[in-house]
Parts: sequence; C-alpha cells; structure tokens
Amino acid sequence: MRLLAAFLMALVAAPVLAQGSAPPAPYAYRQLDDPAQEAAAQELMETLRCLKCQSQSIADSDAPMAGDMRHQVRIRIAAGEQPEEVRAWLMQRYGDYVSYAPVVSARTWPLFVLPIVFLLAIAAVLWRRFGKGRA
Amino acid sequence: MNWRVWLPLMLFALFLGVAAYQLTQPKDDVVASGMIGQELPYFELPPAHSENPGVTTADLRHGKPRLLNIWASWCLPCIAEAPQLEALKEQGAEIVGIAIRDDPEDVAQFLARHGNPYSRIGRDDLSEVQLGIGSSGVPETFVIDGNGVITYQHIGDIRADDVPVLLEKLREAGA
Repeated sequence: MRLLAAFLMALVAAPVLAQGSAPPAPYAYRQLDDPAQEAAAQELMETLRCLKCQSQSIADSDAPMAGDMRHQVRIRIAAGEQPEEVRAWLMQRYGDYVSYAPVVSARTWPLFVLPIVFLLAIAAVLWRRFGKGRA
Repeated sequence: MNWRVWLPLMLFALFLGVAAYQLTQPKDDVVASGMIGQELPYFELPPAHSENPGVTTADLRHGKPRLLNIWASWCLPCIAEAPQLEALKEQGAEIVGIAIRDDPEDVAQFLARHGNPYSRIGRDDLSEVQLGIGSSGVPETFVIDGNGVITYQHIGDIRADDVPVLLEKLREAGA
C-alpha cells in the first residue's frame, strides 16, 4: 500500500527547479504564418547551434534557451531580415561556435586546403608511376 | 632500404599522436561573448521584483561603471554566488540584475532566502537581453562602464577569488 502511494506520488511529481516555470517564448513552438518565411527560418534554425545543449541545433532542442533563440530567429525573419543577417547577428555575439555552416576563416582554412594538397600529391604519385611509363 | 618507405607510416603515427593528445585535453565549452568593447543593445525590462525597479539601457549608461548580473531563481550556481555578490556590494559595487525566464514569486522567494544585493532587477522572459549581449547561460556577470559599453564578462558563478578581479575590472572601467 505504501509502495503504491509512493508510486502514485512519483507519477505526479513535478521536476523541481527545471529551468523556471515561465512559459515558452511566443514563437518558440509556433510557426510563422507566411510559409516562405517559416521555411527560411526553419532552414536557418537547423544550422544554428543550441548554446546550452551543444550538439543539437536550435531546431532540434527543447532547451528553453533554444526556444528563445527560435523566437528571435522567427521574429527577425518575420520583420524582413535575411537569414544570413540573423546568422551574422548571432555570430557577432557567439562567434563561429553558434553556426553549423562551414566558413573559411583564419582558423579553418587548412580544412579546405589540405584535401586539395592531398589530391595533388596523389595525382603526382600516380602520374610518376603510370604516366611516364606509358610515354 | 629506402627511408621514404616509412614516410606514410610516420605520417599516420603523427596523426595518431595528435588525435590521442587532443582526446586527453579537457573540453573547452565556454562560449565567450563577442560583445566585449561594444555598447549595450537597447532594451527596456520591467521589474522582476516589487522592491527593485526594472532596467533600461539608459540606467546603465550614465555615471559610473556597474556590474550586470545575469541570473535566475531556478539556477543553482546562482545560490552559490549570492554571498560573493553581497561581498561585492559591500565593497562598493553597484549590481544590476537581470532575471532570465523567471516568475516574480520565485524571485521574491530566492531574494528572501539568499539576499538582495541588486539596485535594479529587470525581467527578461524571452532571454532577449541575454542573447543581445552574447551571454550563453546563467549566471554570468558583465562589467558595464559609465557609457554603457561592455568591458568584461565573467562566465559562471562568482567564487571568492573572482571578487578582487571584478573590483579591479570595475576600477579599470572608471569606478
């Protein structure tokens, strides 16, 4: 009987201090009325990183802060901003970290250059081995 | 034997070494704000607590440097830093609070239990100011100079060691 009571109490137990009791931002879970704007916002949100959950996009995350970021993205798109302007606004604040879209920068250029170098090296080896022999 | 035969294996070993070294390094998941040196964005927040007025950009723009503390009553590390905020206030710092996604009742309870070092507390239900100043969590504390420019960001709860650092940053900002 006591076990049953404990079980029932566990069922209705509210998580204590679960990131506040405040309701989500108006546009955290509500789509924009204009389907074209909503599509643009959705596409952008899938390439923005949730700051609290780190390995999820804000489109995928249920963290309250991700909801507040979706709200920002949607109201800015609805106000006529271009998706890349919204991304730039966030990157000004949070750096490369917040964006999943790859950019060539002082830090990331080797990632783009090295594959080309490797391909050239392979081509040179193959050419030396087979290209000359045939000639 | 030609030494060049060993080159690919050496490259591979180098790659393994770098990967192994990086795996043993602690992960840096602190996201610093890019807004240091920038002016505060414009905002007007209603009060989060009946005893403290709300916060607007204008309140942070005139006169002396202030601390801007981003916190919430639901945030556990904010309890840990409450005594340090009290110490900062005793040493002359003016602390302006912004409560993130909070409820006035919860705020009142928190302040009754852990002290109220704030001159003002704004209510940021949509994290608008938090996102506007590049803060990625609670608690975070910013130094704002007398012209409303952000000069320093402290990420995480304030420990006893951080109190002199923040006082020094306030002095540097012109206190």
